[in-house]
Amino acid sequence: MAHADQKLAIFRGLLKFKSNVQKIWGVLIFLSIVTTIEVVLGIIKPESLMSMFFGMKILNWIFIILTIVKAYYIAWDFMHIRDEKGSLKGSIVLPLIILIPYLAFILLVEADYIFEVMNAGFISWNF
Amino acid sequence: MEVATTNPNEETNVWGGGNQPLNASYGKLMMWFFIVSDALTFSGFLVAYGFSRFKNIDSWPIADEVFTHFPFLHGVDAPMYYVALMTFILIFSSVTMVLAVDAGHHMNKAKVTFYMLLTIIGGAVFVGSQAWEWKNFIKGEYGALETRGGQILQFVDANTGKRVALEAFAADIPTDRDTHQRSNGLWFVNESSLPNYSVEEVKAGFAANENLVIRGEKIDEKGHKIVLSREASLAKINDAVGVVEGANLIHNEYGNRLFADFFFFITGFHGFHVFSGVVINIIIFFNVIVGTYERRGHYEMVEKVGLYWHFVDLVWVFVFTFFYLV
Repeated sequence: MAHADQKLAIFRGLLKFKSNVQKIWGVLIFLSIVTTIEVVLGIIKPESLMSMFFGMKILNWIFIILTIVKAYYIAWDFMHIRDEKGSLKGSIVLPLIILIPYLAFILLVEADYIFEVMNAGFISWNF
Repeated sequence: MEVATTNPNEETNVWGGGNQPLNASYGKLMMWFFIVSDALTFSGFLVAYGFSRFKNIDSWPIADEVFTHFPFLHGVDAPMYYVALMTFILIFSSVTMVLAVDAGHHMNKAKVTFYMLLTIIGGAVFVGSQAWEWKNFIKGEYGALETRGGQILQFVDANTGKRVALEAFAADIPTDRDTHQRSNGLWFVNESSLPNYSVEEVKAGFAANENLVIRGEKIDEKGHKIVLSREASLAKINDAVGVVEGANLIHNEYGNRLFADFFFFITGFHGFHVFSGVVINIIIFFNVIVGTYERRGHYEMVEKVGLYWHFVDLVWVFVFTFFYLV
C-alpha cells in the first residue's frame, strides 16, 4: 500500500483534499465538531430529545449514532481502511458489525426482562 | 510493500504463499487480527455494562453527578468537561500518530521522530488524566449510607436541593472502635480502613438537622433521583448499616456497586491499553531515532503501532459515549 494510491476524498466525494496530510487535519476538524456537538448536547440535555424512542431516549440514540460516525472516520481515515482492498475491509468490519449488535441485542433484551421481573416484585432486591 | 515484486507466475498461485492476496503484509494482518479480537473483548465488557444498566434502569447512577471535577476548579460543578478534554487529547494524539505514519511513507525521519514524540506525550497526558479521574472517583465527595440490601442513601438539603457531605452534619460521638487487623484480632479476618464517621454519628447528625432529607437510588420519569420527605427519610435512615465514603470494588457512594466495578474494570482495561500503547510507541520512537527503519527501507512498523494506537482511540470514543454521555 504505497502512499500514492491513497483516496483523498471524504463524505462520498463531497470533500476532496489535495494531500494526505490535509485530509488528516480535515478529519480531525470533523471529529472535533462531532465531539463538541456530543458534549454540548450532554450538558444542555434538551427537553425535546428526552422522549423515548425504541426503548431509549432520542438523545441517547443521537449519541450512539454520532459515536458510530466518529468510529467510521477513525477507522476509515486514520487506520486507512479506506485504502485497503475490499476483501480485507470486509474481513475486518463484517465480523464486528454482525457480532456486536447481536450480542448487544440478546443481552439488553435479557436485562430488560430481568428488570421487569424485579419490578413486578417477584424478587426483592431491597431487603 | 517491500515485496511488491510479484511476477505473473506467482499471481496464479494465490494459496502457495509468496504473494499478498489482501495486499497487506503479514505483520499488518496480524495486527488487524489482534484488533478485531480486542474489539470483541471490549464490546463484551461494554455490553455487560449495558446489561447491568438495563437491569437496574430505574436506579443507575447519573454520570453527570459522579464526574464533576475539573483540575484547579475546586467546588465548581463541571460535569463532563474533563472527559471531553481527555477525548480531545486522545483524538489529537491519534492525529499526530497518523501524521507520523504519513511522514514514514515519505521516508522523512525527522518528521516521524517529531510526531511520534507528540503522540507519546499525548498518550502520557491521557493516562495521567485517567489516574486523576480515578483518584477523584475513589476519594468520593459527599459520602453516603448503605443499607443491608446494598442500597445507597445520599443526603440532600431540602431547601436548596444540593447534596450535603457527611462531614457537614455528622455528630461527634467518641468511640474506641479500632480497625480490625490481622495483628490485633482474628488472624484470618481483615478489615479495610474504617470510614471517618460511624452510622450512629450520621444518624444523630441527621436527626439534629431538620433541613436534611434522604435521596435514594430510584430515578423518576424525568431522570432525576427521587428525594424522600423528611418523615420518610427519618424512617429510612434506620435501614442503614454502614457508612460509605468514596468508591471501591465493594462499596460505592455514588449508587449501584456495579457502576464502580464496571468503571474500574472498563476504564482500567482501556487505560492499560493506552499505557502499553505508550510503551510500544516509546520503543518504536527509539528505533526511529537510531535509524532501524531507515536501514530497513520502510516505516511499516510505525504503521502497525499506529493501527494499535488508533484502535485505543476508537475504544475510548465508545467508552466515552457509554460511560459519560448515555
